[in-house]
Amino acid sequence: MSTYYSEEHEWVLVEGDTATFGITKHAADQLGEIVFVEQKEVGDSFEKGDEIGVIESVKAASEIYAPVDGEVVEVNGDLEDSPANLNESPEGDAWIYKIKLSDAGQLEDLMDLDGYKAFIS
Amino acid sequence: MSDAPKRTPLYDLHVELGGKMVDFAGWEMPVQFPLGIMGEHKHCREKAALFDVSHMGQVILRGENVGGKLESICPQAYASLKEGKARYGFFTNSDGGIMDDLIVSNAGDHFFVVVNASMRHQDIPHMAAHLEGVEVTEIFDRALVAVQGPKAEDVVGALCPAVRELTFMETTLAQIEGFECRISRLGYTGEDGYEISIPEDGALKVARAFLAHDDCEAAGLGARDSLRLEAGLCLYGNDIDQTTSPIEASLAWAIQKRRKEEGGFPGAERVQRELAEGADKKLVGIKPEGRAPARQGVEIQSAAGNTIGQITSGGFGPTVGGPVAMGYVSKGHGTAGEKINLIIRGKAQPAEIVSLPFVQQNYKR
Repeated sequence: MSTYYSEEHEWVLVEGDTATFGITKHAADQLGEIVFVEQKEVGDSFEKGDEIGVIESVKAASEIYAPVDGEVVEVNGDLEDSPANLNESPEGDAWIYKIKLSDAGQLEDLMDLDGYKAFIS
Repeated sequence: MSDAPKRTPLYDLHVELGGKMVDFAGWEMPVQFPLGIMGEHKHCREKAALFDVSHMGQVILRGENVGGKLESICPQAYASLKEGKARYGFFTNSDGGIMDDLIVSNAGDHFFVVVNASMRHQDIPHMAAHLEGVEVTEIFDRALVAVQGPKAEDVVGALCPAVRELTFMETTLAQIEGFECRISRLGYTGEDGYEISIPEDGALKVARAFLAHDDCEAAGLGARDSLRLEAGLCLYGNDIDQTTSPIEASLAWAIQKRRKEEGGFPGAERVQRELAEGADKKLVGIKPEGRAPARQGVEIQSAAGNTIGQITSGGFGPTVGGPVAMGYVSKGHGTAGEKINLIIRGKAQPAEIVSLPFVQQNYKR
């Protein structure tokens, strides 16, 4: 079980061939107070770089881009009623999707925690 | 002219308070403080908030019959504006479009005008060119702050009791912390409050004195925008511009009866025609039914699926607790209660046309 980070400020927690996906605390802080999250549906598949959702804060709308190829297997429905959870716990309860990875090799293009810390510093 | 954004006399205070600074119309301004846009917005509605609006253009007009001469470039009845009174207005162009909106005050021996930061460069020469025999002086050595909210009278009144006597759209000169300030009871939030023009060397001291009050917190441009949107107030460049007429913008209330009847301002023909026959489109309030904010540029469709207009301002309304928007809809649409659809990222989201404002205005009449 390990966590990978993207330059788009997303995290991917991999367990076997599935993974939990969300945005980092750094991203949530930058976005400001989040008021709406638009999510894909279970069964939707996507390729690395595709837009897979939108996060709206009081300031602006920001797209979520897929860091890897995959398919949505679970959507965190709590975010529909409580989008502000993304500010509270973006790397915990407020995950966005569980996904099935199509190509685990793509994880090698992502950063580990130390790499990500260096990236945002 | 330097490209570097300019700083207001309160810049150091913003930084000290942890303000997140952004470039706005050529000025380095705080978009928010650590309290956050939502918190600042709610603090203003519940208590009081201090805004730095020193980027706006402050102008002094001196001469004979300044009010009468202003009527040649504005559709407002400024000739009859009494001393100590302020009045909202706008400059119109020959097509009846709005060149900028402004507040004009009769200060007795002169008129005091406040225009938008982004339009100062246009407005000052425009006044200088058209107000014959009037000395037009742009002020660069005064800050402008707004104290807004139900506790604004207490915050400002604690330092300057005279302001308690002012009512909405009244203006006076008074001392605050030893500095002579022009204090006007008006604002851009829908709340009671004041806008205060302060000599620049006193700005920090006066602003700190306001913030020292328990009920007053600093607020940035983010909260200023969500507050004015909930209050149904137009933002120049978004909701009104050179092409939109005052009638389209639902600003007929800001043109006094005599001026509507007599005309005599740029674009009067269009304004009078639209008053009589209705305009091709009009600005309305829009309440999305879901949670998705509808922002500027979103297409508005009728229930039947025809494109009828566009959102000009939209976002999340912290006091409303959901998305709010304003936009133009074409003639034949725009009745409160009408169901419409907003095309957000390709999907139709249901919404309803509503009366403005979204929150009750709390002016001191």
